[in-house]
Amino acid sequence: MKKVVLGAVAALALAAGPAMAQQKLKVGFIYVGPVGDFGWSYQHDQGRIAIEKALGDKVETSYIENVPEPDSARAIEQLARTGHKLIFTTSFGFMEPTLAVAKKYPDVKFEHATGFKREKNVATYSAKFHEGRYVIGQIAGKMTKSNTIGYVGAFPIPEVVAGINAFYLGAKSVNPNVKLKIVWANTWFDPGKEGDAAKALLDQGADVITQHTDSPAPLQQAAGRGKLAFGQASDMSKFAEKNILSSIIDDWAPYYVERTKAALDGTWASKDTFDGIAKGKVKMGPYVNMPDDVKAMAVATEQAIREGKMDPFKCPVVKQDGSTVECKGGDKLSDEQVTSMNFYVKGIDDQLPK
Amino acid sequence: MELAALILATVITAATPLVIAGLGEHVVERSGVLNLGVEGMMIMGAAVGFAGAVLLDSSWTGLVIGALAGMAMAAVFGLFALGLATNQVATGLAITILGLGLAGLIGQPFVGQPRPPLAPLEIPGLVAIPHLGPALFRQDAVVYLSLVLVLAVGWVLNVSRAGLVLRGVGESHVSAHALGLPVLKVRWQAVLFGGLCAGLAGAYLSLVYTRFWSPGMTAGRGWIALALVVFAGGRVWRLMAGAYLFGAILIAQLHAQAGAIGIPSQFLSMLPYLMTIVALIVLSLAGRRGAGAAGSLGQPFVPER
Repeated sequence: MKKVVLGAVAALALAAGPAMAQQKLKVGFIYVGPVGDFGWSYQHDQGRIAIEKALGDKVETSYIENVPEPDSARAIEQLARTGHKLIFTTSFGFMEPTLAVAKKYPDVKFEHATGFKREKNVATYSAKFHEGRYVIGQIAGKMTKSNTIGYVGAFPIPEVVAGINAFYLGAKSVNPNVKLKIVWANTWFDPGKEGDAAKALLDQGADVITQHTDSPAPLQQAAGRGKLAFGQASDMSKFAEKNILSSIIDDWAPYYVERTKAALDGTWASKDTFDGIAKGKVKMGPYVNMPDDVKAMAVATEQAIREGKMDPFKCPVVKQDGSTVECKGGDKLSDEQVTSMNFYVKGIDDQLPK
Repeated sequence: MELAALILATVITAATPLVIAGLGEHVVERSGVLNLGVEGMMIMGAAVGFAGAVLLDSSWTGLVIGALAGMAMAAVFGLFALGLATNQVATGLAITILGLGLAGLIGQPFVGQPRPPLAPLEIPGLVAIPHLGPALFRQDAVVYLSLVLVLAVGWVLNVSRAGLVLRGVGESHVSAHALGLPVLKVRWQAVLFGGLCAGLAGAYLSLVYTRFWSPGMTAGRGWIALALVVFAGGRVWRLMAGAYLFGAILIAQLHAQAGAIGIPSQFLSMLPYLMTIVALIVLSLAGRRGAGAAGSLGQPFVPER
């Protein structure tokens, strides 16, 4: 009798085997802000939707939004526990929690955005936003009349710091007198506070605003004062049609579809992916509200970066203290140096918060 | 405008939603009810007010609709906490969580739609005062409304008979009931007023302050309003002073950063909250004993039959 039962169980297990393989792949996403931020998290969610469109009934996707970074382990684990086999954690601050959960769930594949720590089942990916920031830096350098540009940053992490440096180098390359004022909002998403930060910069004489926070508030505040600004992460034109110069657009969709396909056919492996304008992961919004020569310059710079003829961190890169950064990427800084950047370049008149 | 005047103008707009929401909760707590749902009522005001403004193409109508949405949430709170005498802390938290979710749902079609700014209202004569005139007297009408509200609430609570009744109900609902005062009716009115204020504060955020709707945009301001009520210790003027102090430090720290004075930004970001704690300590050391929360705050009242 016992044997029969065991046999039945074995048969059941065998039957369940192939059925399991044909089951949908559950893909989970963790967002730091609301999908409706119209910036960072919104663009990641567009990537999620692209997976559903491209792979249809082979996948099932879900997401958890507004996940505070310090508390993210619970959210990530919830996805892992509910059968998600591929989980994208889409903010720098999710790095350690992602690694911790990944350790407990070795059969789940994790993808962490903008981080630098990998494991066998944790891949990392990011985009060379700094390429786009170099382009908008040049535009800002040309467009400013007060020679003062305001920069609203979220947190002093490498991704943001590299963006500031690239932006400044771009601005400086066309306008040697340009000055950069930086305000840290210490939040990714708080429209009120982000807007107040932009107001403070405008009040102190900035006439072009750029931001590395996720809501359109800084752009809108600049527009409210008749000043110029850029969109962040998505095309934010509709928030300030007459005052927006361009946007840096993150396009995660191709990467997300590619990685989900890899997970489906079993070729997924942990690696780091870091590309920008050339691969289309970073796109530029329309160049508007600027004279033709500035637009031509921006288009040319974008094209040069796409073709690999230009790089924001072309050596020599000089730090604030006057020392030259070791050139580890041939004629430019290596990807590793960019993703771990923790210094301001020479000419930025501010101290990097430590 | 000069820099100081510009900063002052920003501080006023940053403090206004806190003043309005705090004022509403102040009245609620004076009546002996603790409604922790301010954040939820506020965000409902922000979402529904914005939706109303877009659909009817009028920011003013939006502000009214937002205030009513906050009041509707307060009514749900009242239904449970007053009608069924449920635990007020739990009910308030539920209202906050419900509000955050429901607002996201209602606001979904309106995400990313911009709104034109509310035209500033200049007060003739006063606006010509050198230096401070433009900052103080070229604000949107809601700012002036918030000041009128402070005066009105202060007067009603401290001078009028209605205020005496409300405070009596809050101090001891058993005694008030024994005196024949309509405890639940008074509390209902206070709770609805609180919702109205929170809703208006939320609508101000989405329609005037940031001028777009986005889920989670209140970003904890409802909780700050609640903290301000504690800070006020029963006095309306202190509530307003607290809101302006908080707003001032918040804005000043951003300016300090833009001016690159070399203090770590994390420290500056912490400053408003640190100052709140310091002010609380100073006030409680200096304050008279007995002047604090209402006596029967947070206790459900079930009339004996």
